[in-house]
Amino acid sequence: MTAAPLLDVKDLEQRYALPRESLFRPPGQVRALNGVSVQVAAGKSLGVVGESGSGKSTFARLVMALERPTSGQVALLGRDLNRISADELRRARRDFQMVFQDPYGSLDPRQTVARIVAEPLTVLEDADRATFRARVAAVLRQVGLRDADMEKYPHEFSGGQRQRIAIARALITQPKLIVADEPVSALDVSVQAQVLNLMQDLQEQFGLSYILISHDLAVVDYLCDEVAVMYLGRIVEQGRPEDLFEHCAHPYTRALLDAVPRARAGGGRRRRGGQAIASQSAATTGCPYVARCPLADQHCREALPELRKVGEGHLAACHKAEAVMALPQAAMEG
Amino acid sequence: MGEQRVMPLIEVENLGVRLNTSRGPAQAVRGVSFALKRGETLGLVGESGCGKSVTAMSLMGLLPDSAVVSGSIKLDGNELARLPDADYCRLRGNRISMIFQEPMTALNPMHTIGHQVAEPLRRHKKHSAAQARKEAIALLDRVGLPDPARRVDAYPHQFSGGQRQRITIAMALACEPDLLIADEPTTALDVTIQGQILDLIADLVEERGMSMILISHDLGVIAENVQRMMVMYGGTVVESGPTDEVFRRMGHPYTQGLFRARPKLGARKGTRLKTISGTVPELADLAAGCTFSDRCPLVIDQCRAALPPMVDVGPGHVVRCIRTDVSMAENVGALSA
Repeated sequence: MTAAPLLDVKDLEQRYALPRESLFRPPGQVRALNGVSVQVAAGKSLGVVGESGSGKSTFARLVMALERPTSGQVALLGRDLNRISADELRRARRDFQMVFQDPYGSLDPRQTVARIVAEPLTVLEDADRATFRARVAAVLRQVGLRDADMEKYPHEFSGGQRQRIAIARALITQPKLIVADEPVSALDVSVQAQVLNLMQDLQEQFGLSYILISHDLAVVDYLCDEVAVMYLGRIVEQGRPEDLFEHCAHPYTRALLDAVPRARAGGGRRRRGGQAIASQSAATTGCPYVARCPLADQHCREALPELRKVGEGHLAACHKAEAVMALPQAAMEG
Repeated sequence: MGEQRVMPLIEVENLGVRLNTSRGPAQAVRGVSFALKRGETLGLVGESGCGKSVTAMSLMGLLPDSAVVSGSIKLDGNELARLPDADYCRLRGNRISMIFQEPMTALNPMHTIGHQVAEPLRRHKKHSAAQARKEAIALLDRVGLPDPARRVDAYPHQFSGGQRQRITIAMALACEPDLLIADEPTTALDVTIQGQILDLIADLVEERGMSMILISHDLGVIAENVQRMMVMYGGTVVESGPTDEVFRRMGHPYTQGLFRARPKLGARKGTRLKTISGTVPELADLAAGCTFSDRCPLVIDQCRAALPPMVDVGPGHVVRCIRTDVSMAENVGALSA
């Protein structure tokens, strides 16, 4: 990473209070994020992967400044989004926009495409109708829709086209960062490829950065320069996709890779070990992955592994990272 | 398995389903035929609107009243198509049962899980409440729900997504059905949980000698979990055969396109995904000839004239395409690349 990063996240923590269970004890907490630090350079993409409950969506909401973190900072272009006034934040939102998972739920069915796409702009700028319409038309063409689509309603479009509308809405303010939470997981395979190609084209064209939240490792591999693997609110491994997927250094990344079914002849059943689901509320002293880890020993149960360098631009939070990297790696094709 | 020349458990012949959609009548399924013996597994692959779920629903007798079913569905030689609802109720959940995609909507939030797992036992096997409850606990234990005796009285919202799917599996298995239909059973779940659930289903299918129809849009899930597969597009089966055979030599341009369009691990940034141009057609306005003709890179005039016949391309492997000579020759290099 050179120069000042576009996005700088430091020691981000987020806790949610659970309902009080006893008068005499403090209410429990969900530790959704436990100290996440990450940087994204302009024009680069970060992929965030993990299972449900790993904190990846909380991370997205905090980067979008939709919630205030318990502690830590989110700085975009050098400004801490949680320290600026509401008015400044509103204007700053021009630079970061979001694309949601479900293109059926994220577009208002009662508004025309023109209104949906123009909305982020109308909040930010005062201009006449004709200017807005020209901008909408331009951005619709960029995502591969037609001018004539402006007067239509969301139900007239297929899932892939709706996701294009959602991307157009994010693009219209000419943002520097787009946070996409599972942007293609609700789409059919053949349409998924079209939307992913579009996202890649737009990145090349406008020098956008993406934060791509996904549970699909292949999608992240395809679109991102860097990948962070999250587990129970922590980044457990981070690095370039080729390092991560070919020489993974954390047993959790390996478990994720092993779990991907391979589309090829002679696949047959590959057995995977049973895995317990760890609690988000308990604070543990040792490694959070210890209950599921096949390599865990006493040291892992006692000391929390710090995120440390295991290769060029490759970080892992595991005491036994070297041992994991030395294991034969999962086959990659399919 | 050990039997010789037995009657297939389920035999579907020339199944057609006509549905009323907002855009007029649509032939959602046409000319679907397959047979499944006891203990065999079949995968259905395709995108939304290809007719795979409608096929499953017609086996379950769960189509809307307005649907017109043609052709025949035989279970152990008995005709199921157009069977009166009352008779179907005796089969459903008893001899044929289904696991749905969304475990949260498949479970009733107002009833305890124990009640829901016990329901088919009480209804079909006429178990007493106490007996059914005992059985339900045993079933929940078998599907790997932790501490079932204590949690049998809990409600669906108190469980995670993976646990809920285990509960719906316990419900589907309660009466030891002959045929299990799993419609995208793991689509709503994480990859690691997906593996566990698929392992569980595979174990149970083997242990109880059930037949299974697994519906998925994920070619990986299909490759690892079924013996035979059918690829559906626009309401017809475009390719079918033993799973290994199909993955070794994909014959239909659609199957090939679907395979290439998947983002693959190890495909680095900067490589482009090969898309299938166009979108999945509306069932109400399907082309007269080959349903894939509008999106097919190999289309010729003849394709648009009539629905192509099934062409034999290998042992038990058939493809509904008149251009397999070209598609299968071109594909050799493309798939290994």
